[in-house]
Amino acid sequence: MGQHNTNIETDLHVVKKTKRKTPELFKELSKNKELFLMLLPPFIFIFINNYLPMFGIVIAFKNYNYNDAFLSPWNGLKNFEFLFKSRSAWIITRNTIAYNLVFIFLGLIIAVTIAIILNELKNKTLAKFYQSVIFLPYFLSWVVVAYLVYSILSPNGFYNKSLVPILRLLPIEWYTEPKYWTVIIPIVNTWKTIGYGIVIYLAGISGIDQEYYEAAVLDGASKFQQIKSITIPFLVPLMIITTIMAIGNIFRADFGLFFQVPMQQGLLKPTTEVLDTYIYNALMFSGDLGMSSAAGFYQSVVGFFLVLLANWSIGKISKEHKIF
Amino acid sequence: MVGKVIKKKYELNSISSKTNMVFNILFSIYCIACLAPLLLIFMVSITDEVSLVENGYSFFPSKISFSAYQYLFMDFEKILRAYGVTIGVCVIGTVLSVLLTMLFAYPISRKSFKYRNFFSFYIFFTMLFQGGLVPWYILYTRYLRLEDSLLALILPPLVTAFNVLVVKTYLAANLPEAILESARIDGASEFRIFFSIVIPLSVPVIATIGLFSVLAYWNDWYLCLLYIRSPKNYNIQYSMYQALRSIEFLTSSNVASLGNTSSELLKVPGETLRMAMAIIGIGPIVFAYPFFQKYFIKGLTIGAVKG
Repeated sequence: MGQHNTNIETDLHVVKKTKRKTPELFKELSKNKELFLMLLPPFIFIFINNYLPMFGIVIAFKNYNYNDAFLSPWNGLKNFEFLFKSRSAWIITRNTIAYNLVFIFLGLIIAVTIAIILNELKNKTLAKFYQSVIFLPYFLSWVVVAYLVYSILSPNGFYNKSLVPILRLLPIEWYTEPKYWTVIIPIVNTWKTIGYGIVIYLAGISGIDQEYYEAAVLDGASKFQQIKSITIPFLVPLMIITTIMAIGNIFRADFGLFFQVPMQQGLLKPTTEVLDTYIYNALMFSGDLGMSSAAGFYQSVVGFFLVLLANWSIGKISKEHKIF
Repeated sequence: MVGKVIKKKYELNSISSKTNMVFNILFSIYCIACLAPLLLIFMVSITDEVSLVENGYSFFPSKISFSAYQYLFMDFEKILRAYGVTIGVCVIGTVLSVLLTMLFAYPISRKSFKYRNFFSFYIFFTMLFQGGLVPWYILYTRYLRLEDSLLALILPPLVTAFNVLVVKTYLAANLPEAILESARIDGASEFRIFFSIVIPLSVPVIATIGLFSVLAYWNDWYLCLLYIRSPKNYNIQYSMYQALRSIEFLTSSNVASLGNTSSELLKVPGETLRMAMAIIGIGPIVFAYPFFQKYFIKGLTIGAVKG
């Protein structure tokens, strides 16, 4: 300890004339040399994989050519002009936000309801079993989900060939009719992802102190009253945080869902094209890098401000739940 | 966990048997809705092709045939190769991912480490703001020259903010500073402490992020879609995607050509073949599911605790 103090004193003495900050960093560096060495490989990796592309979004303001890549000449707001003059800008923004809002609403209501009921079931082993089965689709890739949806909806699929004759329904060409997909997409998404929400809310319920319920029972509260006045109020902060975080991500669509499940049928685009698939298609197929990078910039920047806004509103509601 | 007395009270106060029954029925129906589509594609895969074209997809095939599987086994090299790519990428990726994640999470979990907040924010910021697909794609293809390289499948998911924060939270709560301090007094270097104390004590969280990582690599088709060009580098999910897009992906090396590709999917032969391919791709994850799901849930609940 004593040695430590003298070190600091001599250091201070030496650096008196220069800025204080730099030597402090150097001191830390030499003191924790090994910790910094550990951090170095992942630090560099993250810098290349995550930070370089962040700077790279400036290509949205450039007239991209392959040879100069990130150093292509500037062309101001031209790319954005093209993007926002096209009808697609409105359609993809509308689809992305509308679907996300539906997902948030369904996810919240269904996950909370199922979690509460699972928790109340008498047979706990059975409840565990249900939970496991409902969680299974979460682990399937979107390619697999596309297969499953296809097996039901294809012209020769389960709906048209097995259900139609039995229930006397009308045969439907699902993959050519955009209007149905505004319903299919939310169903498929809920089916695949709801298990995750249930796990989160079940964890929230298990964190509630049993004493509240005991007191309620003594006061003669019915099960329904207990759920209404204890379980749900305790889950509300979790519900608010999950929802606000999801609203922060409202500009980001699940690429797999919108790319795989409609199987890239052009006719379905009016109801299945979202920001992420648009950016992908513009980049890979039309080779329109200007449009693609402008849409990407639009998504990144608006998305970032939405996240900041979401975090700020969490802070307004409860300081301790603020993410940063 | 709950004492006997409390349990009794709960029985008195639990939902009525009738309600319980109704819920059980509803859950059973929902569970069937979760599993039935998987069963459907399995049944289709063992349906006779001709009867499939006549009668469509059904849970009760009028004629059973394993010819789709026989056909796939004739050309098994393709599937074996795809599995090889998936497994190889999965193993190398997961080991590297766990190592790099631990290397980053350990220092920032130490309260004695002065710059831990800076480094925590450094990784956390990647969750808030992303450059997006275009610059990232240009970086990988134009600058790193990873087009058609298996490295493009391994690198991107290596260090994720979520995993780092899970490990950091775990280490901060479960790694007593006293043990590390006594090792330091004994003259152990940080690297030695890391490999002989931190890693062994972190087995549960390593299992968790290892599992996250395995699943991410196993289910990946996106990176393959973006960066892989030659069929020899396709992984299993991407092969399944190709098979769903066009059946020729599965038949081309056996049959010369199917002639003009009819856009009407109904007329393309080999529907059963396609579903057999799906079953071969889905199989491992469904069979492994009962074993890994509880670890996954455990990991999620660590992650849910804010880092």
